[in-house]
Amino acid sequence: MKKYIAKRLLTAIPVLLMISIAAFIMINLAPGDPTNLYVMPDATPEQMEATRRALGLDQSYPVQYMRWLTRALRGDLGISYSTRYPVLPILVSRIGPTVALMGTTLLVSYIIAIPLGIISARKQGTWVDTLLTGGAFIGVSIPNFFLGLGLIYIFAVQLKWFPTGGMLELGGNASILSVLHHLVLPVAVLSTFYIANMTRYVRSTMIDVYGENYIRTATAKGLTKQVILTRHGIRNALIPIITIIGTDLPRLVGGAIVTEQIFQWPGLGRLTILAINQREYPMLMAITLLSAVVVLLVNLLVDMMYAVVDPRIKYD
Amino acid sequence: MTNPIVLDVNNLAVSFQTFEGDVKAVRGVSFQLKKGETLAIVGESGSGKSVSTKAINRLLPVKNTLIESGEILFEGKDLLQLSEKDMQKVRGNDIAMIFQDPMTSLNPTMKVGKQIAEPLIAHIGLSKEKAKARAIELMDLVGIRNPNEAYKRYPHQFSGGMRQRVMIAIALACEPKILIADEPTTALDVTIQAQILDLMNKLKKELDTSIIFITHDLGVVAQMADRVAVMYAGQIVEVGTADEIFYNPMHPYTWGLLASMPTLEVGKKQLYTIPGSPPNLLHPVKGDAFAPRNDYALGIDFVEEPDLFQVTETHYAKTWLLHPDAPSVIPPEEVRRRKEKYQTVRMGKACGERIGGGAIGSGG
Ligand SMILES: Nc1ncnc2c1ncn2[C@@H]1O[C@H](COP(=O)(O)OP(=O)(O)OP(=O)(O)O)[C@@H](O)[C@H]1O
Ligand SMILES: [Mg+2]
Repeated sequence: MKKYIAKRLLTAIPVLLMISIAAFIMINLAPGDPTNLYVMPDATPEQMEATRRALGLDQSYPVQYMRWLTRALRGDLGISYSTRYPVLPILVSRIGPTVALMGTTLLVSYIIAIPLGIISARKQGTWVDTLLTGGAFIGVSIPNFFLGLGLIYIFAVQLKWFPTGGMLELGGNASILSVLHHLVLPVAVLSTFYIANMTRYVRSTMIDVYGENYIRTATAKGLTKQVILTRHGIRNALIPIITIIGTDLPRLVGGAIVTEQIFQWPGLGRLTILAINQREYPMLMAITLLSAVVVLLVNLLVDMMYAVVDPRIKYD
Repeated sequence: MTNPIVLDVNNLAVSFQTFEGDVKAVRGVSFQLKKGETLAIVGESGSGKSVSTKAINRLLPVKNTLIESGEILFEGKDLLQLSEKDMQKVRGNDIAMIFQDPMTSLNPTMKVGKQIAEPLIAHIGLSKEKAKARAIELMDLVGIRNPNEAYKRYPHQFSGGMRQRVMIAIALACEPKILIADEPTTALDVTIQAQILDLMNKLKKELDTSIIFITHDLGVVAQMADRVAVMYAGQIVEVGTADEIFYNPMHPYTWGLLASMPTLEVGKKQLYTIPGSPPNLLHPVKGDAFAPRNDYALGIDFVEEPDLFQVTETHYAKTWLLHPDAPSVIPPEEVRRRKEKYQTVRMGKACGERIGGGAIGSGG
């Protein structure tokens, strides 16, 4: 197992390199020039050139990339153009809120979705199932921005139950309760898709599992429905469900960008939008790389979870 | 045989609601199972063997199954009337099952030993440790080597034959009164098949279990069965002792089955196959379901369903050929030879001892 993990981590290096090159090309291909944002509108060409040089944008692309890479390998991810602060601490300060948002979202989603999916499958064809599958269908179809604005309008603007955005109250009340209060709406928005998607998936997986011969064996043994469900049903359904968890996490990175923007959540998603708008090239490179590392780690984690759940899978 | 009856199935009719309509899979099946006997159920694919026996343990899908009529009496109770809770106490405890496909019948994520221990905990209420000890004994009993080690293994680490042994251990864990084996050896190769059949015969004698053995392999029937029921299109068309079915068959369908059985005899060129295919049970059957495929069909076969005629105390067949007014017909050569053997042996022997080797070189 250790050998396997080491191998996976080693193969991740070239992958990350390729991603950094692709990200570098895409960022530089995008229209817009950061220089324009950091000089006065009436700047002379000489001033423009000086700024360009100061930002390191006067060099050829390969040289720029190599310079970025050698610095990045030493742990220096560059400087934010607008604030003149190093990128890394800014990035790190944004991780906490995003992890809180994503973690809560996934936790809430799975705690709700897995039982719903099981109920839907066990009541297949009844009105309960129809209701749940119908709800799940709406859930996966509804766009985040639409749902977000709708919830803000109803629960924040009209009912005033929850704040319209942000993570902390003005004045800096940072109590857990206050953060949770701010979390409710963004988590509701983000988790809608994951609840709906996972419910559908758990349902179809459970239906498949209950069609398997070993469930028939378990029934023929005279086990109770409860035991059949927990020891034989769910345990085997977990294997395909882990696959979905593995795809949920990377998808969440994208979903968080929109949701954080709508709710003014001070996380990586908002930082991304900010960095794009201000052409913060080093910041964008750092965010892309961080996302890539997270996705690769999640994939590794998922593959290891398979080995835990499924005795047929061994990595030696 | 004066053994007490352990299971009494009366006029069982089962249909499935499908999108195309109702499939009348079992159309009035009755049979009795005596203590310690092996009853084989044979018949072509789709004849309703599995459905009739799954109905006993109530393993048919609840959603689209309709038990149209019948009763299944076990220890004075009608199993069809039991609550799901009470039925759980019967399954695996009084009536256990083994299925055709050992490769998929075990839970891939649970240690095989645990899977054997489960019914012991559920039904007998053994503690975990006692159940484990008993499971290891059972694994030893069904011929799994190093049972202590094997207990901790997962199904994928076993071969098909070994998995079927595990299934047998699970089925026999609570020493059930009835064991239903639905084509338990079909998926196994011939040598493994022979081992499993030997094991079942051995255990049956030791535990005095009654067995319902489903197969379409007559060679296997000859090896296992005391009595045989022949099913066609959801009905039992002939039932009798193994000797009666193999050497004095009365129903043209049984004749066809016997004639299409491979033998090791020299000079036999080609196997007989029954022409045509079974009726689609989506549509109502008029007369004898077998009539369209039956070379010996009478006019009445196409109009009216035959009665069940008694041949001996143990032998019944559902064919108009047994009606006193029916013309006498000459069965196929293979069957005639069998009947001759039956007559000579019967005359030679004082009492109805087994003729034995019913398969004349089993097709297994
Ligand atoms: N759940 C179901 N829904 C609809 N039809 C079914 C269902 N189960 C069985 N049938 C139908 O009932 C009939 C009898 O099936 P059954 O499985 O008892 O046959 P069998 O004699 O066991 O055949 P085989 O030798 O292939 O196992 C078949 O026509 C089958 O298609
Ligand atoms: Mg069958």
